[in-house]
Amino acid sequence: MTDRITLSLELNGVPRRAEVFPMARLLDVLREDFGLTGTKEGCGEGECGACAVLMDGRLVNACLVPAIQARDARIRTVEGLARGEALHAVQEAFLQHNGVQCGICTPGMLLAAADLLERHPCPSEAQVREGISGNLCRCTGYAKIVDAVMAAAERMGGRP
Amino acid sequence: MEPTCVGTSVLRREGRDKLLGAALYTADLKVPGLLHGITVRSRVPRGRVKAIRFGEGIPWDEITVVTARDLPGPNVVVHIGKDQPCLASEWINHPEEAIVLLAHWDPYLLERARAAVTVEVEELDPVLSLEDSLARRQVIWGEDNCFKAIRIEKGCVDPVWAEAAHVLEGEYATGAQEQLYIEPHIVVAEATEDSVFVRGSMQCPYYVHHALVELFGLPEDRVRVVQMATGGGFGGKEDYPSMIACHAALLARKAGRPVRIAYDREEDMACTTKRHPSRTRIRSAFDIEGRLQALDIHFLLDGGAYMTITPVVLSRGAIHAAGPYACPNVRIQARALATNHPPHGAFRGFGAPQSLFALERHMDEAAVALGLDPAELRRRNFLRKGDTLATGQVVKEDLDLPGLLQQALREIHYEDAKAACALQNASGGPMRRGVGLAVFMHGCGFTGSGEVTLASRAGLEALPDGSVRVLAASTEIGQGATTVFTQIAADALKIPMALVTVAERDTDRVPNSGPTVASRTTMVVGKLVQDAALALRHTLLTSGLLKEPYGPDAFREAVARHLTERGPLEAIAQYQRPPDLQWDDAAYRGDAYATYAWACYAAAVQVDLVTYEATVEDFVAVQEVGRVINPVMAAGQIEGGVAQGIGWALSEDVRWHRGRMANASMTNYIMPTAMDLPPIRVFFQENPHPAGPGGAKGIGELPMDGTAPAVLNAVAHALDVQPRQVPLTPERLMELVEVPRD
Repeated sequence: MTDRITLSLELNGVPRRAEVFPMARLLDVLREDFGLTGTKEGCGEGECGACAVLMDGRLVNACLVPAIQARDARIRTVEGLARGEALHAVQEAFLQHNGVQCGICTPGMLLAAADLLERHPCPSEAQVREGISGNLCRCTGYAKIVDAVMAAAERMGGRP
Repeated sequence: MEPTCVGTSVLRREGRDKLLGAALYTADLKVPGLLHGITVRSRVPRGRVKAIRFGEGIPWDEITVVTARDLPGPNVVVHIGKDQPCLASEWINHPEEAIVLLAHWDPYLLERARAAVTVEVEELDPVLSLEDSLARRQVIWGEDNCFKAIRIEKGCVDPVWAEAAHVLEGEYATGAQEQLYIEPHIVVAEATEDSVFVRGSMQCPYYVHHALVELFGLPEDRVRVVQMATGGGFGGKEDYPSMIACHAALLARKAGRPVRIAYDREEDMACTTKRHPSRTRIRSAFDIEGRLQALDIHFLLDGGAYMTITPVVLSRGAIHAAGPYACPNVRIQARALATNHPPHGAFRGFGAPQSLFALERHMDEAAVALGLDPAELRRRNFLRKGDTLATGQVVKEDLDLPGLLQQALREIHYEDAKAACALQNASGGPMRRGVGLAVFMHGCGFTGSGEVTLASRAGLEALPDGSVRVLAASTEIGQGATTVFTQIAADALKIPMALVTVAERDTDRVPNSGPTVASRTTMVVGKLVQDAALALRHTLLTSGLLKEPYGPDAFREAVARHLTERGPLEAIAQYQRPPDLQWDDAAYRGDAYATYAWACYAAAVQVDLVTYEATVEDFVAVQEVGRVINPVMAAGQIEGGVAQGIGWALSEDVRWHRGRMANASMTNYIMPTAMDLPPIRVFFQENPHPAGPGGAKGIGELPMDGTAPAVLNAVAHALDVQPRQVPLTPERLMELVEVPRD
């Protein structure tokens, strides 16, 4: 029988810790141990991107990250995008452009978009499509998601 | 005077919660004392159960075990028929059929327990193809493997062939398609001896309610079903939730604790319903001018092992088989057959994509044979006001199919595109280009007398703070139902949207407005909401508590006063069939639907002759859906449907191995990513129809009906081949191009 480890990490800017099994999926640790259910499971095999979170500034599929790999990591989930009542620019853009339909892909999609805009503040449409190519959406055909990300880029334009 | 919000792109009501990650999906529920539930399933397609053995090394006394022996009532999950067992007892009729249910708090122990259950089955020869089912190699259902047969006849086709200028034949096939909602099936159930409470991901709470009432033999008010936020449905959560809810409730009842069953992706793909595979044979006759004289269509659907909702899929497919064309002589013979696959079920379009694919490919083949441009051939055959459809239904609206076609051709730059394709294709080199189109329609609401049978009810109630709440069972599954109902109610009451909310879809609290399917939610249920809102307004105005013109404050005061002085204030409307609609179910003649949405789609594709990959480079979707209630959401429906259609056309291939989906994983069942789709350009023409609120028709399924044939017609144009099957995977395209044909 494996023993649990103490997992310390920074979650949405706040230091947190939990006793978890070392091979527990980061997805389950976030949802169950830290009670943040915003991150979703769509496939459990790293194909759909519904579980995407930012780990040390990189977009990862939380269903493929064992807890032990997240030791001392800086994790950002969908819950960490808004600042209090103020939506992040990508969230606001998704709302204005109907980039959300059923909403299950949305948390992962928002983080992919936020990550893309960090790396490419002025993306072309092709770069947007590539940036979200690891996030499957069955409802929207991606059309309004792409519109939203382009609009968010424009609104955020010039900011470091 | 409030500006009206019907017709404007108001923001999605529940959007903010979804964006914050705060919307509550079933997996997000915190349920004290929760047990996990899993399902032991058949590994063979057909056989007789000899024994169920529970292996060593598992603490079975800790695990809740349910088999068919534990059922408190009939072993049936009711749909249209009563042939589908909740748990297999003596007979197995498809791979993945549920046999044993297990529950425990430790999901890892449960997996070991599942592996330790052995089901000894004496295998029987399965029927795994339409051909074998037709030939009755084995009779696996009823007397003759036939769930349902439908015959639609208009005029007389037989004498036409001998005289016609052109007679053509073709046979077309479509494969199964997995709905692939990003949230797999999931349910949480609590149950006692005399009550059941289920929360889950679903489209139709009252379908689940009915199935539970029948299974447990309980009074209706002892069963409660609540729809949680649902991560996509597309028909895949129309009838299957009844099965998973029954399973979870059985475990909960025996365990005396809440049970959650959550399918992982592989189980969901392998075990739950898919689009019915089809085979269509068309024989057509055209006169010298290219006008249709006769259509003789044989339409076959593979229903899988049990009836479930197959007869209705067959019905819609059959009625749509002759398309949007005026043809004096039509015969459609449609049959749905049983095979030993998991039962097939609803998927956006519901039979129409299958039959319309065949017809729209056939029309392009006819265009080639007749030496006419595909657009011109269609133009010569369009239905107009006063013409009749295959069931004899007279077109009573100002139908403008030429207008839809014209806009689509203009937007895709049809003539220039054809010229550019010809130039590129002649220049040698591996990249070829083509442009193709499809014209089609989708009947709105339940077929024939279906809406009368449903007798849907919906309405509103007043709240103490002076606001109103919409009461309807129609679920929000991403399509925008909550927002559209809010708009309709607000406009009818002449109040701001902020004073309207929509009640949770809880069978204890909302009336049965029918299932969230069949492109009926806005047109049929939205109309009930509108009627009820108007009735509630009328009550307030005639009560003396409210005078016109009024602002929001006066409205709230009037409502609050009514509640304190006169009691509850509620208005519920019930569906009434429009008096001018006639339908004969025995003869399959008459007004099959209250009305239809009409569309013309055009696709521009590029094909790589080295890899045989086809890429859609441009897609234009022009439609008339009556009146658009919320433009950005309506466009969202079209864009999403087109994306699913492109997936079905080119890459979504269900591979079967002995009746089981062999590629039950997102790795090798390929749906489009953002890089696989072009921008989808959507255009609406408006033509308000009295059947719907504000003139709206139905929209949800329409985009699925014409996308695949438009794409394949473009590939056919690019390569001068005649594809007759979806999905047209690179392998199939290579075979079409490289293997010599007779």
